[in-house]
Amino acid sequence: MIAVGASWGGLKALRAIAHGLPPHFRVPITFVQHRSKESAGLRDLLQDCTALIVCEVEDKQPIMGGYIYLAPPDYHLLVDGDEFSLSVDEPVRFSRPSIDVFFESVAERFGPEAVGVVLTGANEDGAEGLRQIVARGGRAIVQDPRTAESAIMPRAALRAVPEAHTLPLERLTPYLISLATSDESMRPRRGSNDEARA
Amino acid sequence: MAVQVEPGSGDRGGEGSRAVELAPPDPPSAAVPTAGDIAAAAEAPVPGYHPELERIEIQLLLEGIYRHYGFDFRSYAYASLRRRIWKRIDADRLKTISALQDRVLHDPSMMERLLLDLSINVTAMFRDPGFYVAFRRDVVPALRTYPFIRIWHAGCSTGEEAYSMAILLEEEDLYDRTRIYATDINEVVIRKAKEGIFPLDRMQEYTQNYLRAGGTRSFSEYYTAMYDGALFAPRLMRNIVFSQHNLVTDRSFAECNVILCRNVLIYFDRNLQQRVHKLFYESLPIYGYLGLGSKESLRFSGFEDNYEPVDRREKIYRKIQ
Ligand SMILES: C[S@@+](CC[C@H](N)C(=O)[O-])C[C@H]1O[C@@H](n2cnc3c(N)ncnc32)[C@H](O)[C@@H]1O
Repeated sequence: MIAVGASWGGLKALRAIAHGLPPHFRVPITFVQHRSKESAGLRDLLQDCTALIVCEVEDKQPIMGGYIYLAPPDYHLLVDGDEFSLSVDEPVRFSRPSIDVFFESVAERFGPEAVGVVLTGANEDGAEGLRQIVARGGRAIVQDPRTAESAIMPRAALRAVPEAHTLPLERLTPYLISLATSDESMRPRRGSNDEARA
Repeated sequence: MAVQVEPGSGDRGGEGSRAVELAPPDPPSAAVPTAGDIAAAAEAPVPGYHPELERIEIQLLLEGIYRHYGFDFRSYAYASLRRRIWKRIDADRLKTISALQDRVLHDPSMMERLLLDLSINVTAMFRDPGFYVAFRRDVVPALRTYPFIRIWHAGCSTGEEAYSMAILLEEEDLYDRTRIYATDINEVVIRKAKEGIFPLDRMQEYTQNYLRAGGTRSFSEYYTAMYDGALFAPRLMRNIVFSQHNLVTDRSFAECNVILCRNVLIYFDRNLQQRVHKLFYESLPIYGYLGLGSKESLRFSGFEDNYEPVDRREKIYRKIQ
């Protein structure tokens, strides 16, 4: 599972990632973007730039390869076994969805098979979650703060996880692709909508 | 008609065989750990990462709570339970789930605190205004044809949703012939709901929700601002029956034309969701309406074919068979 957290300035960064992923990309990838309750158009904006299926998560939806999952506004997103689950627990650090909440559940569920990516943002969400992903053997990637629209979130993530891989936006997707093709452990074990493995 | 209240009516008798089966079985797709997995877990290549052991500890804790206190969280959604259990552990500066189990089983006040952590009562008036717009447009016309209307809010928390519905129905001239049953497992929130007093500092947000939900008056007509809260007009309460009811263990209490259960089932696992959907199915007549939370769906309920979507986006369905 690749878990991507973004806040202020995230739309551009997420579109760049979605655009760069090839149609045969089979590692499930999930975007958690801070946004207001009313914002409904994000899915379409992302779908416009990728051949993968972008899908706003519903409760108990199975996790499959070949999809870009998007956290719905006004809910916390968690992974639960082979499914997503949602909650309306209080916002964490004023955010719902909270990147920390999602990353923590990804760390617990996927352990060494988790990749956490922290992108641009003007708060410190995601830093603690990224630390937990690494504590459980997963990988950490942080957008180079100098290339981020807002450097606060990537900087906080780097303070929490100094050893995180730091990359400018344009090199981020190629890196994810190389990870996915080189690292057998990141491939979904079950539930891929494309059972044929390369 | 009064709502059947059976506090703590856990169906323990029939569950005797549960003792060996410590938790609901994993969903069919989840892998049973192999000897290899267990060896790997024991080695713990990543220090402190023992997901299987943690799962066992949580199952033991929930089983202990159920058998000792009668609260049944065994089929609640795991990830979310896990998160809240760890919050309690951190707040009490404990180290492990097993340590929490020790405290919870021997100290009822610890159980009380954990119970508060595990019950998420977050709610709002006219939450998801689009839902109420769709309800006015697609459900109200059908309700007009009924001489008497019964609506069940299952998992109503502190009542904001039920008061919102009362306001909507009053504006549609239907409230006189409506009875709203508003139920929740938690007695504390039911008591609050009966007071009809909500925090003043949320009135601005609720006013906006109300307008976007298609409200036709001025929202401030419905409440009186007092120094400690907004007191809602007693006439809104007159056709609401608030009572305690547990969706897991209690039965249906009336046939209802509309059942609304929003953001409650997300806290249940798939098996339990299906059981509760059976209860809803049995409590609705043909052409009765079911409304779910905006990110909940009938897809995994086992009853998808028994309903037709009325508004797909707002998750309003109608029973057709
Ligand atoms: C997040 S609130 C939802 C409130 C409201 N329906 C809304 O959408 O704003 C969830 C409610 O479900 C209640 N609940 C949890 N388990 C329950 C059960 N087994 N039976 C009845 N209610 C339950 C909780 O006490 C809580 O008040």
